[in-house]
Amino acid sequence: MKTYTNTGNKDTRSGFGAGLTELGKTNENVVALCADLIGSLKMDDFKANHPERFFQVGIAEANMMGLAAGMTIGGKIPFTGTFANFSTGRVYDQIRQSIAYSHKNVKICASHAGLTLGEDGATHQILEDIGLMKMLPGMTVINTCDFNQTKAATIAIAEYNGPVYLRFGRPKVANFTPENQTFEIGKAVHLTEGKDVTIVATGHLVWEALEAAKTLNEKGISAEVINIHTIKPLDDKAILDSVAKTGCIVTAEEHNYLGGLGESVARVLAQHQPTPQEFVATQDTFGESGTPAQLMEKYGLNANAIVNATETVLKRKN
Amino acid sequence: MPNTQQLEDLTTQVRRDILRMVHKVNSGHPGGSLGCAEFFVALYQEIMDRKDTFDMDGIGEDLFFLSNGHISPVFYSVLARSGYFPVDELNTFRLINSRLQGHPTTHEGLPGIRVASGSLGQGFSVALGAAETKKLNNDNHLIYSLHGDGELQEGQNWEAIMYAAANNVDNIISTIDLNGQQIDGATDDVLPMGSVRAKFEAFGWTVVDIEEGNNIDAILKGMAEAKSLTGKGKPVCVLLKTVMGNGVDFMMHTHAWHGKAPNDEQLEIGLSQNAETLGDY
Repeated sequence: MKTYTNTGNKDTRSGFGAGLTELGKTNENVVALCADLIGSLKMDDFKANHPERFFQVGIAEANMMGLAAGMTIGGKIPFTGTFANFSTGRVYDQIRQSIAYSHKNVKICASHAGLTLGEDGATHQILEDIGLMKMLPGMTVINTCDFNQTKAATIAIAEYNGPVYLRFGRPKVANFTPENQTFEIGKAVHLTEGKDVTIVATGHLVWEALEAAKTLNEKGISAEVINIHTIKPLDDKAILDSVAKTGCIVTAEEHNYLGGLGESVARVLAQHQPTPQEFVATQDTFGESGTPAQLMEKYGLNANAIVNATETVLKRKN
Repeated sequence: MPNTQQLEDLTTQVRRDILRMVHKVNSGHPGGSLGCAEFFVALYQEIMDRKDTFDMDGIGEDLFFLSNGHISPVFYSVLARSGYFPVDELNTFRLINSRLQGHPTTHEGLPGIRVASGSLGQGFSVALGAAETKKLNNDNHLIYSLHGDGELQEGQNWEAIMYAAANNVDNIISTIDLNGQQIDGATDDVLPMGSVRAKFEAFGWTVVDIEEGNNIDAILKGMAEAKSLTGKGKPVCVLLKTVMGNGVDFMMHTHAWHGKAPNDEQLEIGLSQNAETLGDY
């Protein structure tokens, strides 16, 4: 089984900051907006290097989304930065009308997504944002898994013309994908080849899926792990090709099972190849305070949970 | 440059367009549209430095954003009669497969529209974003925007209004249509806003009053003053006092025609008060 090395824990939000720094040097049309969370979003470098292209809007996310929509008129490529909760639920109608329906080239960059925001608790831990964003016609939805991939995705979305939701997080997690990789929107990444079960994971759950695959391998179960960084448009073919081989699937995400990656995968399977599926996701609940590791354990979003879900889904195979 | 009589004639024709558009589909918003007919005509015929052909980025020309998108009939009529799309297309207002949606949108590619509006309170932010990009592009042209007075009840406006002064966005002229009416009644009854002038001044804007907002000469004079106040470090607000339903006697001074179309008989009365000048579509 192919194995991956953690080159050192890093936060995905710093990958975003690094990508934005790079864009500052290479693309003069890139502008950045932040709603009083520059440090949390790691936008300090861009602000210091390009003060004329950086816009501090204060604690006013609705205005930030509208400003970003307007800035595209005349050729700028705005990147907005705030927490995932305030990037989506708080400003849904602003995104819907001024950005999505108006098809503006805005990049909504959202940190502190999901439970791993930790101690601040449920007011700040959004588990509904993937669903909210994927429901908007024309919106691309990306949830990256580590520092290197988040940096690559940040750079790639500047080259794509259209609204994008880029979701990442707060904690330092394993950094294992290649440095200076090319990020292809909508193209799933095969991490391991397997024949017994397909595990598709997004965001922080991708590393957990690899850890689960190691455990399963020791038990004689061969898992095919796929990193679905783009939830919309979904790489239907990668999923269908894999389940044609394995005959069952586990989806894993730091999100509610309603509206998330799992539901998107279930839709593809129901239409083309009905397949037993288990969902590693939160079960229609809000989060709570705690350390990221405690929360991921309590809500069943780690390697153990993926192993258990795999054993369940294997029993449902013919 | 058209003379005042030509602008008056166009305004009369625009009123006919508005009445006929909403009558045909028995829906739409004639009251606010009629109240802003003079403003739109003056803006597109005289005030804005604009190009004849539409380009989304609008570099090197003044841009206009309509925030209170429900007055789409007046916007569509003036855009068509300013050459952005065929006047005949006004026939398709609110019909299936039309570019003239109930509220303005870029989605169907109608020339002249740069953002969707209708869900209220979003236009200030968008207009300010476009103004910031003009500055980044070293483009000395101006951003114009129009907002309803009732619309100011939406909180996002005040985020944007605060932002504009704090960031010295002085290349924008935002006009408030002070007609004192909204769907449920007079703004003073629904949610009294106190002094709109005092609020804008407190937020750091320069405020210009146009007391006769249905008088083309008064509009031209007031907007020229507003333009002279741009580029001085502060955003500029124009308080345009208009009469909802202006030009059709039974529609004036009431919220009743905010979102209601005239019937056949009412249409005939309205048209009889606004003689055909440039030819109906």
